[in-house]
Amino acid sequence: MNTDDRVLMQARGVGHNYGDRFGCCDVSFELWPGEVLAVVGESGSGKTTLLGALSQRLALSEGTIRYRLADGEEVELSQLSESRVRNLWRSEWGFVHQNPEDGLRMHVSAGGNIGEPLMATGWRHYGTIRATASEWLERVEIPVSRIDDAPVTFSGGMRQRLQIARNLVVSPRLVFMDEPTSGLDVSVQARLLDLIRYLVAELGLAVVIVTHDLGVARLISHRTIVMKEGRVIESGLTDRVLDDPQAEYTQLLVSSILGG
Amino acid sequence: MTGEPISYNTGYLDEQTKRMLRRALLKAVAIPGFQVPFASREVPMPRGWGTGGVQVTAALIGEDDVLKVIDQGADDTTNAVSIRKFFVAVAGVATTTRTDEASIIQTRHRVPETPLSEDQIMVYQVPGPEPLRFLERRETETRRMHALEDYGLMYVKLYEDIATHGHIATTYDYPVMVNGRYLMSPSPIPSFDNPKLHRSPALHLFGAGREKRIYAVPPYTDVESLGFEDYPFEPQRFEDPCAICGSVGVYMDEIITDDAGSSMLVCSDTDHCERTAAAKTEQVPA
Repeated sequence: MNTDDRVLMQARGVGHNYGDRFGCCDVSFELWPGEVLAVVGESGSGKTTLLGALSQRLALSEGTIRYRLADGEEVELSQLSESRVRNLWRSEWGFVHQNPEDGLRMHVSAGGNIGEPLMATGWRHYGTIRATASEWLERVEIPVSRIDDAPVTFSGGMRQRLQIARNLVVSPRLVFMDEPTSGLDVSVQARLLDLIRYLVAELGLAVVIVTHDLGVARLISHRTIVMKEGRVIESGLTDRVLDDPQAEYTQLLVSSILGG
Repeated sequence: MTGEPISYNTGYLDEQTKRMLRRALLKAVAIPGFQVPFASREVPMPRGWGTGGVQVTAALIGEDDVLKVIDQGADDTTNAVSIRKFFVAVAGVATTTRTDEASIIQTRHRVPETPLSEDQIMVYQVPGPEPLRFLERRETETRRMHALEDYGLMYVKLYEDIATHGHIATTYDYPVMVNGRYLMSPSPIPSFDNPKLHRSPALHLFGAGREKRIYAVPPYTDVESLGFEDYPFEPQRFEDPCAICGSVGVYMDEIITDDAGSSMLVCSDTDHCERTAAAKTEQVPA
């Protein structure tokens, strides 16, 4: 059986509590290799909390997440030791933050930012690291001449593209994205989405993308989960959810797109 | 009621404190390169002047010891002289400036040129024990990185050096990997001295008083200076011989000799310089 025919990540009844309140609860879904899953909902609906729990940045309060490693072994994420989770972070996962400042070392050069994950996984040849960094700068449309400049000197769009390069350089299998395009102006958003869509298709990545923008979900995701007050209220193929919303809240969301 | 008075507390600190320090030292020796927290005490000098080293020395020193104190290679600078006097006063030990005669050598920023032996202990004064600190400010995070051997970040520093300067421009406090496991700051010794730590027969102890950490390199332990395959670690080199004793292949200080900016290069290790110069004059009968 081809390993790509099997589910990559399976969440069952996942929840994370903040004290005696819950941030999200009872979330279940399956994620297949190469699939882009959008999590939409308004501010405060638990999207980012869910992403934190899935990526093991937040501890699970309830439920299980099964994940299939690159070597085919299936693991229960909450049972993994911290060192194995770190190892996943280094070799199999990426995380694109909403603010590139959170995901980049702002005072380390662009080349160093892209090179860090490589060096963390044992690359020890400066020339090769630098060549790979240049190649990725080109792919995310940052002039290679800026390789030695720190991200503090970059525009918002360039920072976000650099963050994406830094996350994709180790060829991850699964990338978490938290509102990667908010905070950018509309034309930059469109180009960034194009880039993400292109890279995701080219590399066959699985992506969980959190967004409040239904347009983003429509453009790049295969399936969509709609969240409200920490719970999933609707899920399905993106086109189905957006064209024929079943839940009252989703209907409200879809009808409230500006100019849509 | 006559007889010898019982002597308490050789070496300034009380017995409980020394016990605590010795426990930390034993743990440090057991886990080479690992930073062991300890309850740093006040000693009669300001933090930053070698309080960590002084506490380690105080925990080790006995009446039979012969102490040498080095400050930037020299035995006659303020820090070296005052620490040496301090231990003469509180422990009644013999002192020396000769590396080969000392049993404990407390040092700031240098390893002696004279090869060390198995019955010697080096004590280093450490200002900042955490090699990752300038790249990662959170102590919780750096501790995690050590625990999980997550050292990619250190190479980012070296990468940045090469990208900016064309070579690894770190010339002191050059990060090392100890026993293939822990990343360690060798204290601000010049990278010239790094190779002397590798498989050294002496015991090397590091004390950071302000940061409250002790760590160690036991005898014959691997100490590897980091580098890239195409930009390997290269210790500094000095082409000219010492202007006083004529030594080559040693670490040099540049001494300004007049207001016009003339200078000369002399050995940083004053003990080595004196002995080499003395040996030369003996050879040449006047």
